[in-house]
Amino acid sequence: MTVPESAAVEAVDVERTYDLGGVTVPALRGVSFTVERAAYVAVVGPSGSGKSTLMHLLGGLDRPSAGTLRIDGRDVSSLTPAELAQLRNETIGFVFQSFHLLARTTALDNVALPLVYRGLSARERRARAREMLARVGLEHRVDHRPNQLSGGEQQRVAIARALVTEPTVLLADEPTGNLDTATGHAVMELLERLNAESNAALVLVTHDREVAARAKRRIHMRDGVIEADEGGAA
Amino acid sequence: MRLAEAWRVALDALRANRLRSGLTMLGMVIGVGAVVVLVALGTGTKNEVESQVEGLGANLMFVVPGKVDFNSAPTASPLDTSDLNAVIRTVGDRDRVTVSLTSGETVRAGRNSTFTTVLGVMETTPKVFVRTVHSGTYLARTDVDTGRRVAVLGSKTAHVLFGDREAVGRQITIAGVRFRVVGVFEPLGQSLGVDRDTEVHIPISTAQRLFGTNRIDAFAIKAPDAESVGPLGDRVLAELRKRHPDTEFSAVTQDQILGVLADILGVLTTVLAAIAGISLLVGGVGVSNIMLVSVRERTKEIGLRKAVGAKPRDIGVQFLLEAVLLTTIGGVLGMALGVAASLITAALSPVPATVTWWSLALAFGVSAGVGIIFGVVPAQRAGRLDPVVALRTE
Repeated sequence: MTVPESAAVEAVDVERTYDLGGVTVPALRGVSFTVERAAYVAVVGPSGSGKSTLMHLLGGLDRPSAGTLRIDGRDVSSLTPAELAQLRNETIGFVFQSFHLLARTTALDNVALPLVYRGLSARERRARAREMLARVGLEHRVDHRPNQLSGGEQQRVAIARALVTEPTVLLADEPTGNLDTATGHAVMELLERLNAESNAALVLVTHDREVAARAKRRIHMRDGVIEADEGGAA
Repeated sequence: MRLAEAWRVALDALRANRLRSGLTMLGMVIGVGAVVVLVALGTGTKNEVESQVEGLGANLMFVVPGKVDFNSAPTASPLDTSDLNAVIRTVGDRDRVTVSLTSGETVRAGRNSTFTTVLGVMETTPKVFVRTVHSGTYLARTDVDTGRRVAVLGSKTAHVLFGDREAVGRQITIAGVRFRVVGVFEPLGQSLGVDRDTEVHIPISTAQRLFGTNRIDAFAIKAPDAESVGPLGDRVLAELRKRHPDTEFSAVTQDQILGVLADILGVLTTVLAAIAGISLLVGGVGVSNIMLVSVRERTKEIGLRKAVGAKPRDIGVQFLLEAVLLTTIGGVLGMALGVAASLITAALSPVPATVTWWSLALAFGVSAGVGIIFGVVPAQRAGRLDPVVALRTE
């Protein structure tokens, strides 16, 4: 069903409600938008605006309560947890605020981790991870563990991990949130360069206006709906 | 995820918490070790008893008056020498039959004395039972026929009465009557808890006169081969019942004795193993507990793995393998401990211990099984974790 030229993400009237002790709390109340392939989009909004919920949906970590969400042309609502996992593995690359690297595991093996769940051989995984680490400028840090790396380096390892699977969507959740300004800058430049070099759409979830301002398009969230969508084609 | 990869990940996780993994394993080590040792002791005891019964001789059968069961009191024997002659006729070979008339008596030599079992027997006894004379000779047929006052001493009795001096040819008294020692037995050890080295054998005719009776307590008969034990016993019983219509007789074969003993000791071994199994169970609960802690501690890792594409099954398998690895490594160490303890016990104490392959295989299987059973719940819990919630955990 995957149409090669489908949009990276297509959301139509997406709703997400949470059931908190019998009370239904709406987090997303009918959100529609499209993210084209290789696009560069920032999702901005204050806490409670629904941007985290949106990010979880875009990342295939969660499914909408109502509406249609297509990631890489596949309707997420109909997928089982195992199928969702495979979808994440094949089409999503995550970059988190707190890096989420496995401690006690080298940079190389951290980057190779997603490929483990593709059933690739260790040799192939390492070769690809090494190549990816070189692309983020960490070829000299391959055998270092996270606690031997600076924050910026850790985030670059995380970025390499996100891109080693050649995803359709690179989903970055406050990627500079734990970094100082200069390092944050460098990380943003790296993300932007990789976005330009690859076919992966970069979706940036942030409440940092300065960071958001770098994106070509900004989706403003407030109270579970899109308040404004500036700079986008759609 | 490939299985080999999952094993590696599980091993890494155990290594990361060496002390905790070690302590959890210890529970399994002790449980499996206890099973192996106790089964070894049970098996060793059973083998020992069986070899003692078999050591009496082959194809044996004992014919006694009365019923041999737990409800019946011993029956006063109506058997006498005429029955002996009838039994010999029925068996068709005097060398295959012997008798016993048993009494506890004081045996004296000079100032030394001992109270021991004195058996009135026939000269055929060494042909029926395995019994060898160390020095001198055994009783002769003429001793039995003429009621001579001669005796063959067990090795311990000979030692008590004469120390290191030669006993053969010397005088002793049994119940105050003078006897001449003609032989001393080879040491035999215990059979079923009875010390065979204190026995004193005298001719049956002499014993009857000494004890003032014509009685014979029991017959022991050696069949030519295993198949004829049963039929021969039936023929002897029929003859005796014809001669004593009012008395019941029983023929107990060696196999029956072995069977009863094997049953009892088999139950004993099973009970011991079951008791040890309880500690395995406790070890398993410990594994389960630690795995639940491990799942909770590594929630973030689970969330991350799921985010990059781990399926619920991948995560479940990873934690299940971790539990199985814990219990099987513990199990193997426990087997080593159990084997070592069994060998040491067997070497340093009179308690026999025989390690059997099946108990090792069982112990290994059980420890892997414990890992699976007690790992399933934590593994399922890990597999079902919501990645959104897991990633948010700090």
